[in-house]
Amino acid sequence: MALLLIAEHEKDTLSPATLATLTAAKEFSVPIHVVVMGSSVKKVADDAASHEGVEKVWCVEDPALSYPIAEQMTKTLVELGKSYEFILAPSTTFGKNLLPRIAALLGVAQLSDVIKIDDNKTFVRPIYAGNVLATVRSDDPIKVMTIRPTAFDRAAPGASKASIEAYAFKKPEQPTATFVKLEQSKSTRPELTSASIIVSGGRGLQNKENFTLIEQLADKLGAAIGASRAAVDAGFVPNDYQVGQTGKVVAPSLYIAIGISGAIQHLAGMKDSKVIVAINKDPDAPIFQLADYGLVGDLFTLVPELISKIGK
Amino acid sequence: MKVLVAVKRLVDYSVKVRVKADHSGVDLAGVKMSLNPFDEIAVEEAVRLKEKGSATEIVVVTIGDKSCQDSLRTALALGADRAIHIETSLETQPLGVAQALKALVERESPELVILGKQAIDDDCNQTGQMLSALLGWPQGTFISKLTVKNKEIEVIREVDGGLETLQMPLPAVLTTDLRLNEPRYATLPNIMKAKQKPLEILTAEALGVDLSPHLKTLSVSEPPGRKAGIKVETVDQLIDKLRNEAKVI
Repeated sequence: MALLLIAEHEKDTLSPATLATLTAAKEFSVPIHVVVMGSSVKKVADDAASHEGVEKVWCVEDPALSYPIAEQMTKTLVELGKSYEFILAPSTTFGKNLLPRIAALLGVAQLSDVIKIDDNKTFVRPIYAGNVLATVRSDDPIKVMTIRPTAFDRAAPGASKASIEAYAFKKPEQPTATFVKLEQSKSTRPELTSASIIVSGGRGLQNKENFTLIEQLADKLGAAIGASRAAVDAGFVPNDYQVGQTGKVVAPSLYIAIGISGAIQHLAGMKDSKVIVAINKDPDAPIFQLADYGLVGDLFTLVPELISKIGK
Repeated sequence: MKVLVAVKRLVDYSVKVRVKADHSGVDLAGVKMSLNPFDEIAVEEAVRLKEKGSATEIVVVTIGDKSCQDSLRTALALGADRAIHIETSLETQPLGVAQALKALVERESPELVILGKQAIDDDCNQTGQMLSALLGWPQGTFISKLTVKNKEIEVIREVDGGLETLQMPLPAVLTTDLRLNEPRYATLPNIMKAKQKPLEILTAEALGVDLSPHLKTLSVSEPPGRKAGIKVETVDQLIDKLRNEAKVI
């Protein structure tokens, strides 16, 4: 029996989250097959095949797959997936949107956000916004799970050259959603989930104009920008900046939280960061309970001072 | 258009749960319970569809023990027309719930099913996607905007890369994200009126579904806590610590 990894890709390579999922896949000690789907994915398949531990790459190509619509991908993946013992995907909006469908049609449970593999049927996953870790056993014949990318290192390309085989696209019989457009936030800064430094702003910034303080500090540090739910709800920044239980989960080497009080839902998304800095005027803000370095005071004087001094 | 909304009763979002001493589960004794916040958004969206004239009837459903009827009454007070309680004492897991909802959809024939994108207790984020696949209906997950256009809908989804717009025919399954709407508060007269609205009780057996859990929780634990940090007095001190102690800049 083998493991099937459903690849998420961006342009011509596997996504960083898929590389982390590959590292998790290696812990099962079974052959790893990667399936790559798209309208033209030869280069992605080559990238997947170059990673150590990958034995085979399935290449599914069809014009209907030019944009990843879950209903378009489901039938093919259920057909392919039923001969595997494990099916993995990264716990990104891509994986979360797709994988429960495969599990349901295979008649098995899905595990979400696995952070540790104890053995081939026992897994650890966070519940209650990461305030509790559950050790869960699955006795289903096929174990289907999404992997939390921050819990595993990204696999590096190796010398191995896996075989690449075409697998026929199975067109769905029922109506599907169709893609209209994707509005991406344009940014030259590092991507939030893979950045080594993140500067994050919250309600304390008060308005969109003041959020430029976060941007200036981020640019000084070569950092990505994050935000609390409050800052996104208030329209200071777009939705894809949100860090937390329902946004992105990040684990950079340095996380600087500015004007963020630290609701448990926000902490759920950043508490595995290596070093946490909090700047907040309220000395009792919960964020200080897990910050390695806390600075109490007015962010409108402290952050400009930090910007002027930190690059020197 | 008839709309079915699925809801779950769970620990209130403001409660910091504790693990039981024997690590068998989470201590729920005396803890405040509420409607899952994402499901409240789902109910609100259905009510707004009805207010705009797009929806004709809102049916709200939950699966669980008798205490779950609280959450149905809350949904009725917010504007749902009638409620269905699928009663079970088993631990509910997404696959069983999706199978039960599929059976209910076949009985009720709604044109739209709205669910919260995830329950904030088990954080699974699966049931809507599973239901869509089992029904063979299109899905719009994690939506922050819904527009109904005759027999078609357009949704905006919150995805990792930004905002994605999809179009799909009805019937369809949708799951809500936080920014879809801001739920109203139930008024006292509406809470009183909700007590008179119909609430039907069904069993999983009557629907022909097996709710037995597939996953077994062996133990739960609290994650390793972070060491309490220090407070620094000045920006200079902070920079010094980050450079020379933590060595992260």
